[in-house]
Amino acid sequence: MTDKSSNAYWAANIRVIYICLAIWAIVSYGFGILLRPMLSGIAVGGTDLGFWFAQQGSIVVFIALIFYYAMYMNKIDREFGVDEQ
Amino acid sequence: MDQYTLNLLVVGASFALYIGIAIWSRAGSTAEFYAANRGVHPVLNGMATAADWMSAASFISMAGLIAGVGYANSTYLMGWTGGYVLLALLLAPYLRKFGKYTVPQFIGDRFYSQGARLVAVICLIIISVTYVIGQMTGAGVAFSRFLEVEVSTGLWIASAVVFAYAVLGGMKGITYTQVAQYVVLIIAYTIPAIFISMQLTGNPLPWLGLFSTHTESGLPLLQKLDQVVTDLGFNAYTAQGSMLNMTLFTLSLMIGTAGLPHVIIRFFTVPKVSDARWSAGWALVFIALLYLTAPAVGAMARLNIIDTIFPNGPKAEAVLYEERPDWMKTWEVTGLLKFEDKNGDGRIQYYNDKAAGFTAQATERGWAGNELSINNDILVLANPEIAQLPGWVIGLIAAGGLAAALSTAAGLLLAISSSISHDLIKDWLVPGISEKNELMVARVAMAGAILVATLLGLHPPGFAAQTVALAFGLAAASIFPVLMMGIFSKRINSAGATIGMLVGLIVTCLYLFTYLGWFFIAGTNMLENVPANYLFGIPPAAFGPIGALLNFAAAYIVSMMTAAPPAHVQELVESIRVPRGAGQATGH
Repeated sequence: MTDKSSNAYWAANIRVIYICLAIWAIVSYGFGILLRPMLSGIAVGGTDLGFWFAQQGSIVVFIALIFYYAMYMNKIDREFGVDEQ
Repeated sequence: MDQYTLNLLVVGASFALYIGIAIWSRAGSTAEFYAANRGVHPVLNGMATAADWMSAASFISMAGLIAGVGYANSTYLMGWTGGYVLLALLLAPYLRKFGKYTVPQFIGDRFYSQGARLVAVICLIIISVTYVIGQMTGAGVAFSRFLEVEVSTGLWIASAVVFAYAVLGGMKGITYTQVAQYVVLIIAYTIPAIFISMQLTGNPLPWLGLFSTHTESGLPLLQKLDQVVTDLGFNAYTAQGSMLNMTLFTLSLMIGTAGLPHVIIRFFTVPKVSDARWSAGWALVFIALLYLTAPAVGAMARLNIIDTIFPNGPKAEAVLYEERPDWMKTWEVTGLLKFEDKNGDGRIQYYNDKAAGFTAQATERGWAGNELSINNDILVLANPEIAQLPGWVIGLIAAGGLAAALSTAAGLLLAISSSISHDLIKDWLVPGISEKNELMVARVAMAGAILVATLLGLHPPGFAAQTVALAFGLAAASIFPVLMMGIFSKRINSAGATIGMLVGLIVTCLYLFTYLGWFFIAGTNMLENVPANYLFGIPPAAFGPIGALLNFAAAYIVSMMTAAPPAHVQELVESIRVPRGAGQATGH
């Protein structure tokens, strides 16, 4: 593998990490904690959306993020020819 | 058959199962001992990782802490799951590509320095011993209950069992034993939750039951709960918490998760780099099965306790002490539940006597202070009894709690002993040590760690989950930043990393010791552990991210002032960034 494609592979990886971590932070620190007062108008089973994100919602999103990342990386590993043979 | 015998039978049967599986699977696989994970399906490996990870803190303690406070303690739920995202994205695949077995080994090689490795070993020992204190606290509570003894006696019994269990050795390394422990643990946690959710809401799924209607009152469950707790002067269950503290504490638990040596090790030995990513996902799926149930367990238990004490609602008379249910009597034996009849009326008044706005109402009702103290750590274990579930469910929950505490304690002790015998003694102090002596050192280190943890566990710095949270703060401040910089920066050099780790560890330790006592020895704290004394109002348990920030900053500044790492180290960083060429993990 040339240096150039190696740099492009790493840049693609960093990009997807940024996106995933942004979502990771928004659902937990955002919806679950800091933005909860803003979401208080949205009712969920006797309480509000922020409460649900803090107690359950963020966990579900975390799982989805890891599986998405694993699938995405498998794909670009192959595209850049750096997958394990 | 009485409950005592039933508990012994169920717990005994679960132990027999683990030992049986250990013997059965060891026979064929002695040679592959260190590669126990290889060839195991990723889903099973995820279960084993989940058992390794979920300790007494998750099982015994967490729901109780959530029950006691409500929304503000959601931090435990987000913090102990969100860390897996960091592991999967930032650490696991690269450390797997590196292909060694211990965290200090990676730090030693990446930062080409025996000194950095030594500092990493010290961090590892401090983190793991703190973590073991939490496990001992939890296991002590479980033993004291099901053997019906005082809690300190329970702690000594737990320490003896952990010693036997960890020294039996190999057991920890066998994936199938851990799969069995996961199964016992998750069944034990879920069955009572299903029963209770059915009783309270008619919904058999506790995850949904939490947000369903409370059958008896016709109100949504959480609204009903808010109502009864505020009637007794407590904060509303869903009330807002301190945003700064919640954010910092959650962050501390998340980055701490990604910096815990015994968790990271799990990803070193998966067959492929891509498996390291998948494994983290599967582990989180199995962890989530418990974590999505935990908030329901907490909320419903709180409602049930108040209902037991005030059978006709908080506005009516409390229950007579003479007529208290049996579960209160059995927990009184352990000393973890106490009643003191302050106003001498023979009834159990349970309310928040610290709420200024409630004193007038309390005086009017003739109450002279809260008369019941319930240790948070008993809540999950007492839950089936409070809900009057069948005896076998009560035995099952004891077995589950012990599975959680023992599997994690054994994993931690193995991490401590191997880093002392291997990283410290064999690779550094006494290179020519014989295998027999190395094993001896490992055992002595294990015994020493158990003893220290037990002595400190007699007066623990907090409930099991709180003590464990301190270990996460230390891991966040010391190990995580250097691992991340070691992978994502080629410029951080050995001096930077070593000083970064020392700064993070020392500052965080000093902050904890100031409020919780030197080396967590009760009574030696320099400032009282109250919010008024905290720096910027940050509680000790939420200090991890500050330590991590100082670690990052120190490492960066020192590295910029000194020479860049040598070429071969920069090539090493290049190579761990791509999956291709990952060989089998090797020990040396």
